[in-house]
Amino acid sequence: MRRTPLFDKHEELGAKMVPFAGYEMPIQYEGIVAEHRAVRGRAGLFDLSHMGEFFFKGRAAGAALDRLVSSDIAGLDVGQARYGLVTNERGTIVDDVIVYRISDAEYMVVVNAANIAKDRAHLLAHLGEDVAFDDRSVGTALVAVQGPRALAILATKTDADVRSLPSFGVTQGRVAGARATMARTGYTGEDGFEVFVANADAAKVWDALLAAGRDAGIKPIGLGARDTLRLEARFSLYGNDIDETTDPIEAGLGWTCKLDKEFTGRDVIAAKKAEGPKRKIAGLVIQGGVARHGHEVTHDDKVVGRVTSGTYGPTVEKNIALAYVPTALSKVGTTLAVRIRGKDVPATVVKTPFYRRVAE
Amino acid sequence: MSTVPEDLKYSKEHEWVRADGGVATIGITHFAQEQLGDVVFVELPEKGATVRQFSSLGVVESVKAASDIYAPISGEVVERNVKVIEKPELVNSAPYGDGWLIKVRLADKGELTQLLSPNDYRSHIGETAGAGGD
Repeated sequence: MRRTPLFDKHEELGAKMVPFAGYEMPIQYEGIVAEHRAVRGRAGLFDLSHMGEFFFKGRAAGAALDRLVSSDIAGLDVGQARYGLVTNERGTIVDDVIVYRISDAEYMVVVNAANIAKDRAHLLAHLGEDVAFDDRSVGTALVAVQGPRALAILATKTDADVRSLPSFGVTQGRVAGARATMARTGYTGEDGFEVFVANADAAKVWDALLAAGRDAGIKPIGLGARDTLRLEARFSLYGNDIDETTDPIEAGLGWTCKLDKEFTGRDVIAAKKAEGPKRKIAGLVIQGGVARHGHEVTHDDKVVGRVTSGTYGPTVEKNIALAYVPTALSKVGTTLAVRIRGKDVPATVVKTPFYRRVAE
Repeated sequence: MSTVPEDLKYSKEHEWVRADGGVATIGITHFAQEQLGDVVFVELPEKGATVRQFSSLGVVESVKAASDIYAPISGEVVERNVKVIEKPELVNSAPYGDGWLIKVRLADKGELTQLLSPNDYRSHIGETAGAGGD
């Protein structure tokens, strides 16, 4: 089991640690609901050092990534980032990633921790010789500061002009004296930043941001609240909502596919879009009981689908879930049921995201 | 407030019983609610249902997971805590108070002897916490 460079910090803060993607990670400190509310209302600090960071260098790097990732990577300017999918020839999802254009001929791709080895093999197999690849996942720490106070907190600790950084913008500078790559990205549905630093600097950056945010009410946030935050904001979780058996159209991620360019699996995905998916991911609100990954979705007592993610949403104060259901049953307002401990509990298809931040 | 009150009996599965004449109040312990984390849903038997000692009586769901609650004592359910169904977080904030779950009419007072005293329960969670601590 691996430890991130912030392991000792989590222990000091009284975190409950769990194995996740080969790492011992904090699932919660004070409690999932309190942490969730801190991020929505004030600020939260996350250790995401388990995530993978791949670097691609060379004049051909942008074009190569554009063929491997579903979204418009060729259209990225220096200092911009974009969400996209790594797809395979079958048009299904190998991973969901964010591609950052760091400089003219250098890109960083952040991948899911559980997929690092798989993605590396997939990307290397499809990469031309004129692109230099460097997997810096092990040596790179990632600290995210998220929430309405995140900007004010980070701004006190960096020389970079983070106030003028747009959403999905990326820049470089120093945080608490350490060299850092900062991006206005996240997985919570709030404004916020992800700060990439070398492992050796992680503790310094973590302590500085925690101290700088104390008066604003910052809290350390575990993976438990990370999951409730992302589900309310309807962000897909790889391995739960999307995987190599799901395609972008049925997963509601068609918007990430630039179909007028060449990328792996493009033709299959374009055909799927043209004919219309047989099933679709739908947002559900469950009337009583908490739906969990794997629960069956029923309609007139027949099993019609399966829950991929489910939880209690502390901000929306409802039991929410995502599930693949037949397209005809995916319309907002449709009444379905989730089979929880043998009982069919009524559930309604609702518009997603379940939660949307209101601009300040 | 003590995390293991002196006036209660306990089960190894972390439920408590307060026997008051022929009626017993049942809930889950402070230790249990701490292990579960934020409780967000409680499923309890209807009034008139019968629960059997050490059999499942219902479910408490936290944000993370669902956990069975076992009846520490047998009997007929005379009351379910409506407040805790509406506000499941009472299980966290007042596990021995407003967060109680059900009241049953005791079927067999002799069953109480099968439960743990506060001291025995304290050493039970001492062991559990030690074994689960790493």
